[in-house]
Amino acid sequence: MSEPQAASHSGNDYETALTSSPTTIAAFDTHEKGALRKVQHFLHSNPAAVPLIVLVLSIAFFGMALGGKFFSAFTLTLILQQVAIVGIVGAAQTLVILTAGIDLSVGAIMVLSSVIMGQFTFRYGLPPTVAIMAGFAVGALCGWINGILVARMKLPPFIVTLGMWQIVLASNFLYSANETIRSQDIAQNAPILQFFGENLRIGGAVLTYGVIAMVLLVALLWYVLNNTAWGRHVYAVGDDPDAAELAGVNVRRMLISVYTLSGIICAFAGWALIGRIGSVSPTAGQFTNIESITAVVIGGLSLFGGRGSILGMLFGALIVGVFSLGLRLVGTDPQWTYLLIGVLIIAAVAIDQWIRKVAS
Amino acid sequence: MTAEPILSARGLVKRYGRVTALDHADFDLYPGEILAVIGDNGAGKSSMIKAISGAVTPDEGEIRLEGQQVHFRSPLEAREAGIETVYQNLALSPALSIADNMFLGRELRRPGFMGKWLRKLDRAAMESFARDRLTELGLMTIQNINQAVETLSGGQRQGVAVARAAAFGSKVIILDEPTAALGVKESRRVLELILDVRRRGIPILLISHNMPHVFEVADRIHIHRLGKRLTVINPKDYSMSDAVALMTGAKAPEEPVAA
Repeated sequence: MSEPQAASHSGNDYETALTSSPTTIAAFDTHEKGALRKVQHFLHSNPAAVPLIVLVLSIAFFGMALGGKFFSAFTLTLILQQVAIVGIVGAAQTLVILTAGIDLSVGAIMVLSSVIMGQFTFRYGLPPTVAIMAGFAVGALCGWINGILVARMKLPPFIVTLGMWQIVLASNFLYSANETIRSQDIAQNAPILQFFGENLRIGGAVLTYGVIAMVLLVALLWYVLNNTAWGRHVYAVGDDPDAAELAGVNVRRMLISVYTLSGIICAFAGWALIGRIGSVSPTAGQFTNIESITAVVIGGLSLFGGRGSILGMLFGALIVGVFSLGLRLVGTDPQWTYLLIGVLIIAAVAIDQWIRKVAS
Repeated sequence: MTAEPILSARGLVKRYGRVTALDHADFDLYPGEILAVIGDNGAGKSSMIKAISGAVTPDEGEIRLEGQQVHFRSPLEAREAGIETVYQNLALSPALSIADNMFLGRELRRPGFMGKWLRKLDRAAMESFARDRLTELGLMTIQNINQAVETLSGGQRQGVAVARAAAFGSKVIILDEPTAALGVKESRRVLELILDVRRRGIPILLISHNMPHVFEVADRIHIHRLGKRLTVINPKDYSMSDAVALMTGAKAPEEPVAA
């Protein structure tokens, strides 16, 4: 092996001018940036900051407008109770959206799982714990099918879950025969189904187990997304699936695991739903899929995947909760709530696009 | 060339529908050398590299690594065998940090309970390793190892990708068009990086369109034409225009395969 020509004369003739050029390469520009650029940079590295600021401002606004009526432990924990289900389903939605997908079937899977838990107990007389396990299994199965169709068949997530939404919802009505299981029956025969409706009272604050479970679930997923290889891979897959694959991430397996976990979390939401409304109703939670997407979007997660924090989703859900309850207490037409949430959704996406420009 | 090739391929065939991208292509890489692969657009360079790096599975033919026949079904398997590839698109996740990217797919976990049961990543170890590697390759103008890759310049991204390959590639490093998107100065840095890596004894497979760069660093040049190896030339015996003439078919090779 002989030495290459590089040893005899370094580089090519046109490059000789380089010897007199500075030797530093492509250093970061550390010169002062404008205040606006700094804000942009801060938000780029702290994706949950925008929804947190909006949340704090909206609480402050309603606190000032309504005083003690809003700013009491009871009202504030009531908001938490009202967003618990959306928060749990939003956690599932977050995982899917981080992979640049979308899950329209979350609400339907939740309701079907809760119906399975109820009917298995009351129709077949199974022990409630077994029925709950069956509910989780059905949720996981629905999610797994979504995952297989997205990852293996390469169908667009929007289409897959749009179809799954209809299929699961129809199965739910067919199987339950549109029958509601009454709250009293559940309380008498299978109180564990209403477990997440029980609560802790601290002064005026009422924390249901559902609220606590939602907060713990978000905290757990936050840890997993940020501190485990699986979590980093969720981001990598959503960011650029081809790059992730070439870098050694098994993209298919990741997608299937994300959709399956989404189904399991929805089943969990189904259980919490029984606690929240007391009964098992096949018509409950009609808008949960849209509400979960709203929470995710207002929470600053990018629908293009790979960006955002699950904490943002929680803040997004709380913002919607604060506006809903705050405006109701003010006594306005509830349509104002929807109008404002619509504005927030568009504003959130506009801000996301602006923050992304930091990269260019 | 006395040694056995470290990586070789015989009779590789890859068809995409009615297009034959690889038509019984052969290939040899010897220990400690830089082998450049050149060829016109559509000659099948990329398909050959993908077959070797596990990104596509060839329809026919065999690949041998250190004399052992290997069948890679994914880039991960090739990587586990010690073949690291820097793809033209770099295969970096823009929103993830430099350290995250270097360890994507082979993350380190904390020792003890936190790693085993909570599967917590060992951030500190990964960051210091990444920092060391970048320093080694003279890339530590990058201040913050937790910077998202999308905030880096093209040359810095290339540097991160090459550093990743150099850090983990134990047997072979494949570089696909490493200077294509770079400026003059950044290209120079990457070429030095390539020579640096060879000095440490790791053979390199370099795919490039840039004749001056190829002639500068390559020990041998594999000319690919119409889906197969046309010939292998020594850059000292041929001029750049000869090489271009060969790869476009304007000139026929003197001997079938010169080593």
